[in-house]
Amino acid sequence: MSSRIAFVAFNTFREAVRDRVLYNLIAFALLISAAAILVGEISIDVERLVVINLGLTAVSLFGVVIAIFIGIGLVSKEIDKKTLYTVLSRPVRRWEFVVGKFFGLTGTLVVNTFFMAIGVFLALLYVARHFEKADLPVLAALYFIVLEFLVVCALALFFSSFSTPIMSALFTFALFAVGSLSDELRGFARMATGLKGALMTVCAYVVPNFSAFNIINQAAHGDGVSGRLIFYNTLYALLYSTIAISGAVLIFQRRNLK
Amino acid sequence: MAAIEILDLEKTYRIGFWHSRPKLALRALRLTIEQGEVFGFLGPNGAGKTTTLKLLMGLVPPTAGTARILGMEIDDPRVKAQIGFLPEQPYFYDHLTARELLTYYAQLSGVPAKERSARVAAMLERVGLVESAGMQLRKYSKGMLQRVGLAQAILHNPKVVFLDEPMSGLDPMGRREVRELIQQLRSEGKTVFFSTHILSDAEALCDRVAVIHHGELQGVGAVAELTPQSQGKVEIIFCATSVPSALISSRIEARVSGDMVNALIQQEEQEAVLEILRRERIRLISLTPVRCSLEEYYVEKLRPKESGKGAGA
Repeated sequence: MSSRIAFVAFNTFREAVRDRVLYNLIAFALLISAAAILVGEISIDVERLVVINLGLTAVSLFGVVIAIFIGIGLVSKEIDKKTLYTVLSRPVRRWEFVVGKFFGLTGTLVVNTFFMAIGVFLALLYVARHFEKADLPVLAALYFIVLEFLVVCALALFFSSFSTPIMSALFTFALFAVGSLSDELRGFARMATGLKGALMTVCAYVVPNFSAFNIINQAAHGDGVSGRLIFYNTLYALLYSTIAISGAVLIFQRRNLK
Repeated sequence: MAAIEILDLEKTYRIGFWHSRPKLALRALRLTIEQGEVFGFLGPNGAGKTTTLKLLMGLVPPTAGTARILGMEIDDPRVKAQIGFLPEQPYFYDHLTARELLTYYAQLSGVPAKERSARVAAMLERVGLVESAGMQLRKYSKGMLQRVGLAQAILHNPKVVFLDEPMSGLDPMGRREVRELIQQLRSEGKTVFFSTHILSDAEALCDRVAVIHHGELQGVGAVAELTPQSQGKVEIIFCATSVPSALISSRIEARVSGDMVNALIQQEEQEAVLEILRRERIRLISLTPVRCSLEEYYVEKLRPKESGKGAGA
């Protein structure tokens, strides 16, 4: 990785960390975990299930919100505030800037997820009094959540390379919502025939398959996760992010910085 | 090798919802700036000065033409290591302190890690920000931000420095500091290309200036070439408490200030007036041919175009 990408990434990470909104979200996520404990205590025999379900869902939702709301401003904010001028008038290529921004935000989310995950495990320890082998799928679920963040960040960055922040947020959120239901979308596509069926199939496969990353329920029940699924999900997230980032770079490369 | 060669650089923006309406921002600009020159790029707001600078920085792609800096095409990544740029009304990452910001820019400019902190410290010292180096930029005044802007533009010791309206919004002290800095850069052998609409600054600092209006170059040359002697008049200053009676008959416009007389005379009367001063034993302070000011030249260049169609910023 070019050192300039690392410098841009570190600056992006530092900006996010110094942003008070991020701290509030972490605190809020921890609060959700605390709520999970309360729910766990009033549930009978399903404390573990409730804590994992609630905790991981909170980690995913808060991370996605951060990814969308910071991601959409990564490029557009720099253009609006003209901070980009003094960066791109240096030996920094536009693609390096975009990729650096992406790594900076994903790095922020990884750190953020790490702290939220600690909250989830502490809540789990609190209700179950001990860890067991059946808790291991929680780690896989957290890993898949991070992969989900990669794709959401890449999409937010892609839309922000040509659209306004509000429209970028709408597009990204819409794709996240549709992508979370992609299993159903593929089911509908299979049922449809003719041109409609073909179009639906294309849509179903173009939309990111976020449902593949959601193994929260499986993890809550302690069901194991196959290495094959981990491999394919990793490959899918990397491929999808690379395509979205490449699109962002291609658009940004030709953009007039007014 | 010229420092900057602008070869028919042209920019037309596409505006409107469908980007279908063309808006000319810069019409085939051709300019050459030699190394070590301080070059002033003059024009009113919206004349095309900032567009030219953005084109040279690679921030907007040209519609036609090209430019070379130190012999390299502007899209050559090596160029960027040799240039410094201060945008108009610069805005920086306000979550950073001045020291952090300059360190970040030093990293991006490829300043070796060993030299970075010394270079940043020297720049902070040079622009007088040592005391506030640890304060976040969101707490800086406009003048302080301009100083940070100047520091980041010269931090990596560039050969060519581009300054977009460097005096804009500064108080007289700040303007003076910027003028001094430009003079220092000149003495270090650097090429300075700066845009401004403050003519006195251009007149005081520039080896040559160009005037641009509605995206079109109106004139270029040394200030002395562009401001020829005005109507054959000479300004004469001498020591006296009143205008000598022998001079009253001459076509003289005089102003007495204390024990000095500042007078404007026709050039053909110069010898006769000097003879009178010699005869009356009056001490001559100075005798200067009156030149048309840069402002007059500028106004004259802009006037015929005022009714014309506007170009973009």
